[in-house]
Amino acid sequence: MSRLSDWHIMGALALTGIAGPLLFPAFAAQFAFLWLMVTFALTWDILGGRMGYNSFGNIVFFGIGCYAAAVIQRDMGLPYFEGLALGLAAGVVLAVLAAVLLGSALLGIRGHYFAIATLGLAVASGEIAAGWRYVGAGSGMALPLYPGALGERELFFTWSLLAVAALCFLFCRFLYSTRFGLALNAIRDDHDKADAMGLRTTPIKIFAWCVSAFFLALSGGLAANMIGFIDPRDVAFAGATFGVWMVLMAILGGKGTLWGPVLGAIVFHITQEIFWTYLLGWQRVALGALIVVIVVFFPQGIMGWWAEWRARREAA
Amino acid sequence: MSALLEVRNVTKRFGGVVANSNISLRVEKGEIAGLIGPNGSGKSTLFGCIAGAHAVDEGEVFFEGAPIKHLRTAPIARLGLVRTYQQTRIYGAMSCMENMAISAREAQGGLLSLLRPVPPATSRRAEDLLAFVGLHEKREEKAARLSFGQQKLLEFAMALMNEPKLLLLDEPTAGINPTLINGLIDRLRRANSELGVTLLVIEHNMRVIMNLAQRITCLAHGQVLAEGTPDDVRDDARVLDAYLGVA
Repeated sequence: MSRLSDWHIMGALALTGIAGPLLFPAFAAQFAFLWLMVTFALTWDILGGRMGYNSFGNIVFFGIGCYAAAVIQRDMGLPYFEGLALGLAAGVVLAVLAAVLLGSALLGIRGHYFAIATLGLAVASGEIAAGWRYVGAGSGMALPLYPGALGERELFFTWSLLAVAALCFLFCRFLYSTRFGLALNAIRDDHDKADAMGLRTTPIKIFAWCVSAFFLALSGGLAANMIGFIDPRDVAFAGATFGVWMVLMAILGGKGTLWGPVLGAIVFHITQEIFWTYLLGWQRVALGALIVVIVVFFPQGIMGWWAEWRARREAA
Repeated sequence: MSALLEVRNVTKRFGGVVANSNISLRVEKGEIAGLIGPNGSGKSTLFGCIAGAHAVDEGEVFFEGAPIKHLRTAPIARLGLVRTYQQTRIYGAMSCMENMAISAREAQGGLLSLLRPVPPATSRRAEDLLAFVGLHEKREEKAARLSFGQQKLLEFAMALMNEPKLLLLDEPTAGINPTLINGLIDRLRRANSELGVTLLVIEHNMRVIMNLAQRITCLAHGQVLAEGTPDDVRDDARVLDAYLGVA
């Protein structure tokens, strides 16, 4: 994809994101969740696609973002927007701190073992939150009400989640154009070789996870406010849904590519909504079948499949 | 000439197996040194001990006079001591140019210095070195699509991109088409004379190592069997024994 068409697609998506909820107010929440999914897929791909570290624990940073915002907004007695801003900032700081600490402990583990360790992390976080009275334990936390008019609330959250997704995309795009992006790929392709060539692999890996944590915590604080209520296992640390979807969307679109996660998130979200609408009662089964189809028939994802198809056509 | 690398009484055990036993070895600055020995004699293990891949059990390794035994691979590489692998290791899903760019010495810097695009000067050097090993036409190919011999050449070029003071090469000619071997010997010599890289080379091809190295050390059963000029080593009865068995 050339530079020019890159910007065209970004512009078209931004325009859709801004104008969409205005033209179709009934779909505003759908748009908001779409941008949330895009952020999920993009942040997962930094480690999973670019660096070869399949994490099932990224949801932890999202959950930290949710809870940090909720606690600050509950306890600080600030007006809504000030509380939200401070809550988001606190969430980001805590999540990045968690990424540094967890990264130092876990990023030395390779391959499947890392995936399993992070899976445990995600499950444990949900259980801890569900048992901790200070954050509402199993009954979760309610967020304060948005002060503005009803329609305005939806617009505020879809646009702010759009902004987070767009920032995340632009930052990833920048990151992958630098030597840092190459270093991530080098770690993915041969970690020992990267060490032997003198790359500072540990700080590189930790920084990559911090970038994921940063954007996930931002989107977590906003999503918690949009949903209005956080359940420890079903919203904040929803490993079985959000946590798995992150991986699926990146794989569906094509991991390790810039546009793959975006495309994967869009296709996944639309498909999922169609299942909910037309296959109610069977939507989970259909989703499961979709997952199998993705993994079996599109292991390279849509972008990978497309690149192969183009290469074949050029060769012919 | 002063010793660039000094291995002093190094012993390395894997469980009950003594892979390196009391090995001492010097590599002088600017020379091409050879390391030979039958399969399983401990050559690659010694490379691992020098380059920080294995923890040395006894003895010490000095690089430019400073002990490096306690360091791991990456900091040793940053000092300017780089190794290549017998089983070629390249970044398969990246293009040759990307392989080269991330092997540049600047890529060893901190995070901030990594958050910049590859500078044009680095790309030019990468192209020059790829041309030097004869892979310029393949520069945009994915490294995994190269043949084994080409991957060996790419790995050699990546090592040069790193601007090492000392390069440990583990069987650089294994798997390379015999007609290309002369060209490779020539390139190794030029890397030594023009780029000023000191070389320590493991090699099974006797014709290659006898032509290339100024001094050769022969290992057998994890111990130093003989060392000296290629002629000395070739005529050493113990070396013939180790390779061919008792006559």
